[in-house]
Amino acid sequence: MSAKTDRIDRLAELTARKDEGGHGLWYEAFRRLRRNPLAMTGAVIILLFVLIAILAPWLAPHDPAAQTWLGEIRGAEGFIPGPRSGNWLGVDGLGRDELSRLIIGSRQSLLVGVVATLLGFTAGAILGGLSGAFLGMFGKAGRWVDSILMRFNDMALAVPSLLLAISVATILGQGLVTVMIAVGVTQIPVFARLLRGSMLAQSHSDYVLASTALGVRKRRIVLNHILPNSMSPVLVQATLSLATAIIEAAGLSFLGLGGANAANPEWGVMLADSQQYLATNLRLAVYPAVAIIITALGFTLLGEAMREALDPKLRK
Amino acid sequence: MLRYIVRRLLQLVPTLFGLSILLFAWLHSLPGGPEAAMLDVRATDAKRAEVRAALGLDEPLIVQYGRFMKRLVRFDLGDSFTTGTPVMEEFGRRFPATVELTVVAMIIAICAGIPLGYLAARRHGRIFDGLTVTGSLLGICIPIFFLGFILKAIFAVKLGWFPSLGRQDVDVNATRVTEFYVLDGILTQEWDASLNALWHLILPAIALASIPFAIIVRMTRASVLEVLGEDYVRTAEAKGLRENTVRGRHVLRNAMLPVVTSIGLLTGGLLSGAVLTETVFVFGGIGSFLATAISNRDYPVLMGFIMIIAVIYVLINLAVDLSYSVLDPRVRVR
Repeated sequence: MSAKTDRIDRLAELTARKDEGGHGLWYEAFRRLRRNPLAMTGAVIILLFVLIAILAPWLAPHDPAAQTWLGEIRGAEGFIPGPRSGNWLGVDGLGRDELSRLIIGSRQSLLVGVVATLLGFTAGAILGGLSGAFLGMFGKAGRWVDSILMRFNDMALAVPSLLLAISVATILGQGLVTVMIAVGVTQIPVFARLLRGSMLAQSHSDYVLASTALGVRKRRIVLNHILPNSMSPVLVQATLSLATAIIEAAGLSFLGLGGANAANPEWGVMLADSQQYLATNLRLAVYPAVAIIITALGFTLLGEAMREALDPKLRK
Repeated sequence: MLRYIVRRLLQLVPTLFGLSILLFAWLHSLPGGPEAAMLDVRATDAKRAEVRAALGLDEPLIVQYGRFMKRLVRFDLGDSFTTGTPVMEEFGRRFPATVELTVVAMIIAICAGIPLGYLAARRHGRIFDGLTVTGSLLGICIPIFFLGFILKAIFAVKLGWFPSLGRQDVDVNATRVTEFYVLDGILTQEWDASLNALWHLILPAIALASIPFAIIVRMTRASVLEVLGEDYVRTAEAKGLRENTVRGRHVLRNAMLPVVTSIGLLTGGLLSGAVLTETVFVFGGIGSFLATAISNRDYPVLMGFIMIIAVIYVLINLAVDLSYSVLDPRVRVR
């Protein structure tokens, strides 16, 4: 039985590959990505961001927590000195080197983005995958399970994400872990809905009909054919969600939920701290904001290009 | 059609019932209680117990939930723990601010987003297209409160063109009818008050519109591109229809389906997600009120507000589904 279905699987796979011109979906997508200048820009930004985050302790010219007495270095243009030799981007309101804080801060942003996205991705994919699998495998009972899971999901979508975040903060206290979990939790229903929808769309494909006609068991169709083919929109969403996570984390820090200490600066907290100097020293808000925007743009550019590259409708 | 609407509305009942149980369990499982926000940290345990008893929090959870449901069927959501006023009244006062903000933001996003997305698709692959796409991606990547700050710093503080906070100047003596300040001014024919409120809306609405604008631009562009490649567009062009007819009846109308879906979802999201904008512009809508309600453990306000938002969310989605059958005759709701 198994040997036979194995052969059928193999046959289906070979036929599918042949249609695509001898290469797999991902290979084709990667080739298209490499020719897309926007995707490459995004990839370069992400690479730089990751490198800076990894090498931060060696790149930062100063200790991010070390303070200089402002009276000593008071610049001519204002109370808080701007760019000058020794501090390329000037110092912040407490006399700490702005550039060093930005560089070290990249680590926190990367961490928040990756952990929150992983959390949302994993939990969401399990939820959505279960829903889709039950729907595909167990007929009426499966539809019941799917319907219950998805109603839960809809309810989670209706609850304002900020409230979820604040309640996570009341349980765990302020801090980076809170921000990660809060941002991650709000991503779960998005991933769940996406994977379920994608599996549902795939289950109407010709290859599923063909496999069913050939007598392949439902479980095998769902797990070996539908599920892997449904993953591409979810992976695209994961890339985009890295950007959202970094921006949302900044928003939570702005509302006072993020907890970064002096030695571990975070872009969102830096932006929130800069509020009190907004009228006199706008640059203190601009630096971390620009850092957030460029990083988020990198992930968004790559994610959008991936979406286009993986979309069969746009393939020529 | 009518049967469909009725069925969808009936489905609301079990959903809301489930939501109320989940919400109740979630809120009451949060550490601390409303008495912590109402009393000094040095308050004795006896005093705390007294306050809890006065609020009816000393009874078993199931009794408290039963009481909540009993009131709910009479559309009474109880009184706020912190302000003492009925939750419905609080909601009636704050929700109009959020609605006004959301509506103006969505109008900006739609009026700017759809034409830009359409033009970008028509000029696919040219500089205009590239600029639009990059610009819309930037719109998603700018933290909304930072955009708010920048707008405030430039247009309110530096240039003084717009007010920097609030819903209306304090010296405007306006009559309140519906709490929708712009609408009130029109109803009472106090045009100054109406215009003043509208003026206060512009900056926060632009800040709030940035994300929906970006999404609408990209949805429209992608959707129009797809429709432009369809056979029926070529047929329409080939049989010599005027270009405007092809654009309006064939391309735009068919391309609007996914855009309308996302507009519906975005509106629902904005209603509850305007917290950051409301905070930056001190706008007094439901977002900031909810944020304080959760730190005060104001259970009635939280339960009431979130359930009303959930109902509105469902109604918006229903409206979206119904609009499909108007836009696309092939879609018949059953």
